[in-house]
Amino acid sequence: MLKTTPFHGRTAPLCASHAWRRWAGYVVASSYELTHEREYHAIRSAAALFDISPLHKYRVRGRDAARLLDRVVTRDVARAALGQVLYTPWCDAAGKVLDDGTVARLDETSFRMTAAEPGLRWLQDNALGLAVAIEDVSESTAALALQGPASRAILQQLTDTDLADLKYFRITAARLREFWVTISRTGYTGDLGYEIWVEARHAEAVWDALATGGAPYGITPAGMLALDVARIEAGLMLIDVDYVPARKALLEAQTSSPFELDLAWTVNLAKEQFVGKRALVREAQRAPQWQFVGLEIDWDALERLYAEAGLAPQLPGVAWRTSTPAYADGKQVGYATSGCWSPLLKKYIALAHLRSPWAAPGTLLELEVTIEHRRRRAAARVVKKPFFNPERKRA
Amino acid sequence: MRTPYDAIIIGGGHNGLTCAAYLARAGRRVLVLERRECVGGAAVSEQVFPGFTFSVFSYVVSLLRPEIIRDLDLPRHGLHILPLESTLTPLPNGDYLAQWDDHDQNRHELARHSLRDAEAYDEFGRLMHQMSRAVKPLLGLIPPDPASLNPRDWFELARLGSHLRGLGATRFHALHKLLTMSSADYLDEWFETEALKATKSASGIIGTLAGPRSPGTAYVLLHHYMGEIDGVFRAWGFAKGGNGSVSGAIAGAARSFGAEIRTGAAVAHVLLDRGRAAGVVLEGGEEIRAKRVVSGADPRRTFLELVGADHLPAEFAQALERFRFRGASGKVNLALGELPSFTCLPGNGPHLRGAISISPSVDYLERAFDEAKYGEFSTRPYLDIVIPSAIDPGMAPPGKHVMSIFVQYAPYHLNGGWTDARREAFGDAVIDTLAQYAPNLKSAILHRQVITPADIERTVGLTEGSIFQGELTLQQMFWLRPVPGWAKYRTPIRRLYQCGAGTHPGGGVMGASGRNAALAMLEDGA
Repeated sequence: MLKTTPFHGRTAPLCASHAWRRWAGYVVASSYELTHEREYHAIRSAAALFDISPLHKYRVRGRDAARLLDRVVTRDVARAALGQVLYTPWCDAAGKVLDDGTVARLDETSFRMTAAEPGLRWLQDNALGLAVAIEDVSESTAALALQGPASRAILQQLTDTDLADLKYFRITAARLREFWVTISRTGYTGDLGYEIWVEARHAEAVWDALATGGAPYGITPAGMLALDVARIEAGLMLIDVDYVPARKALLEAQTSSPFELDLAWTVNLAKEQFVGKRALVREAQRAPQWQFVGLEIDWDALERLYAEAGLAPQLPGVAWRTSTPAYADGKQVGYATSGCWSPLLKKYIALAHLRSPWAAPGTLLELEVTIEHRRRRAAARVVKKPFFNPERKRA
Repeated sequence: MRTPYDAIIIGGGHNGLTCAAYLARAGRRVLVLERRECVGGAAVSEQVFPGFTFSVFSYVVSLLRPEIIRDLDLPRHGLHILPLESTLTPLPNGDYLAQWDDHDQNRHELARHSLRDAEAYDEFGRLMHQMSRAVKPLLGLIPPDPASLNPRDWFELARLGSHLRGLGATRFHALHKLLTMSSADYLDEWFETEALKATKSASGIIGTLAGPRSPGTAYVLLHHYMGEIDGVFRAWGFAKGGNGSVSGAIAGAARSFGAEIRTGAAVAHVLLDRGRAAGVVLEGGEEIRAKRVVSGADPRRTFLELVGADHLPAEFAQALERFRFRGASGKVNLALGELPSFTCLPGNGPHLRGAISISPSVDYLERAFDEAKYGEFSTRPYLDIVIPSAIDPGMAPPGKHVMSIFVQYAPYHLNGGWTDARREAFGDAVIDTLAQYAPNLKSAILHRQVITPADIERTVGLTEGSIFQGELTLQQMFWLRPVPGWAKYRTPIRRLYQCGAGTHPGGGVMGASGRNAALAMLEDGA
């Protein structure tokens, strides 16, 4: 059987679409309403509430907690400030990305790690000889993401903690109404937003507090379809969609190093040791073969191709996730892994893996599109990620 | 006088039929001679009890080669493989361990026992998948002989060598371990849940007089994974109508290509003419001639009974004497008035449509083996159970059921020998064991059929009741199966071939031996 999250008692009655999907063995809503559009716009114009409980969560505590995490992830955990959250990938010994997630420093010797894939065994195996306790708190910790311009105002009226002091990628303990929670200023939408971590037994009460407090601000429960569009606009990659985690790869060619995923900024080669360091040091000395970039599909070209078929352009309102070839000078130079029409930017955007010579911003390419059962190629341009990056995200 | 047949196939088991089908497909005139009244050998479905169809001996399809299914278009001849979705291991404490088809469901279930194992499971599966992909090409190969000076053998070996180098270090090291370790030790490196280790290790001991802690059994695990590698192809499951319909489909294909199949035709011996095989003599004295003879019987029966040691090179005959059979398994087939209800998961449910494995711990299996090692059947045996009627309702009258219980260990060389009384005592041990987990079992039984290795030998002619026509252990595989230097389906007797599971790649209702033998014969100009 699939599991339901601690919020299921609240989300199930709201799910008018009956559109559920799986996420890490749980059922979550694809959209609550019959279409996801209003849910998407809530992210960008008001506030959207996501149930993100299926994330894997680990509590890492003890004298060597920072040492363990530093051994595993590519970023420098020892230097993380109290209350800092690090976004980071982690790799296998060959320097290929296994997963990506966050490491939050709760206090000197206590961290919470989130992961898309189960990672307890990997942490335990790397903890040999270290004074550290690792606890899988995935089930006991419920999580919500409150994302959008109104998210701070909604949350602030429910807590005495001054959220103006909570900077981007920082975390704090707080009382939300009468419940102790941790609030991190993080998210997967590229907008102003928070993630709220709470003991599963208080999950529904916290949901209710947010729903009630957020109602005047237009808080809207939102599902994975809306989130998918927002995260593409934010240029954020998704495991299993935009990259194959090394542990699931059947071929070496399916794996990616952090450099190939545009995550060079997360790799701290100055650290004494971490899994994959040797391979990554070698890779850092040469340019990566592949790069992970943003693509913008040219509107005029698309319109022309559709016009040839006697149609107005049809646009993907729901993000697609099928690998789609990208061409330059008539030959394939890469592939896009997800894409969508951005309702906000009014642009057709995609995330793509390109061979390095064709990955520089401004490079002109062609992306395959299927129009009336025929494969055509539409002009596209490499652009900088994120596609959408509002001031308020960090302000 | 014109020789009427290009080839006579001794034995209408699935390999003999496969060989016949491939030869007939190539335009050869072939005759299959089967001693029993039905074809199929150990892959037969019979109504042992009115209205109840039993897969009497072999009972699932796992390794049947996809190329055979395609080449012979077996679905057109009635093969329909239904999925076996799960494996349930009931535990003595009233709990259970289930392995489900669905990834999430499986992970949740394993996590209930060990979070680590739930994570290791995928990684283990992926490694085994990759390893079996690496080893699988060997199955379709006429095994090259490393000791040979023939350039073709060298070419094939070189190809194998480069194939193995392509594995990469990690997988090569894993292969080394698989070739040398016991299945229990190998699984210990991966998992901590006893029932999981035990249930997985069981596939390393099936058909073999070895325990999960016997070295070399790890490789057999890999052999098992090869059935799953064609997952997309869905070659793993339960054949609608029972395993007799596998044989039936192959026989149908063979006939459609023009092969002749005679049942009730027991071969007494191979007819030799100036040292060459020239046909067979039936037990009634009838003599049938053919340009070539191929035997689907096991190597000992083929050479020491049907040919005769006096016609064989001495070292070949000696090697055959050393070839190990040592049947270790039995079957109990039940007609049931109602479904068994397991204490751990009472009532009907999806768990009854998969395999049920009585393998609570590695110790349990090893103890079962201990008894067999000293010539006794296991009083608390390993059981691999399927309820065919839960998957294919046509196997039993409406609302009634058939249950197939594969049992290990039942040593062929039982102290004092197998008697009717010992057989029934063995059957009782099996029922008592299972009834501990499914209390309504005894009252549900309408009929029971107990099969010992001695029964297997007597009924289908498998020496010592060995279900693989000789143990599937490393020292009897590849170029060593069945006799070093004679692993290519050819024999010291010219124009006599072998096509049974006693040749590479071995048993498991694969059909590979039958196909490979036919290809070898065609290559020789048959």
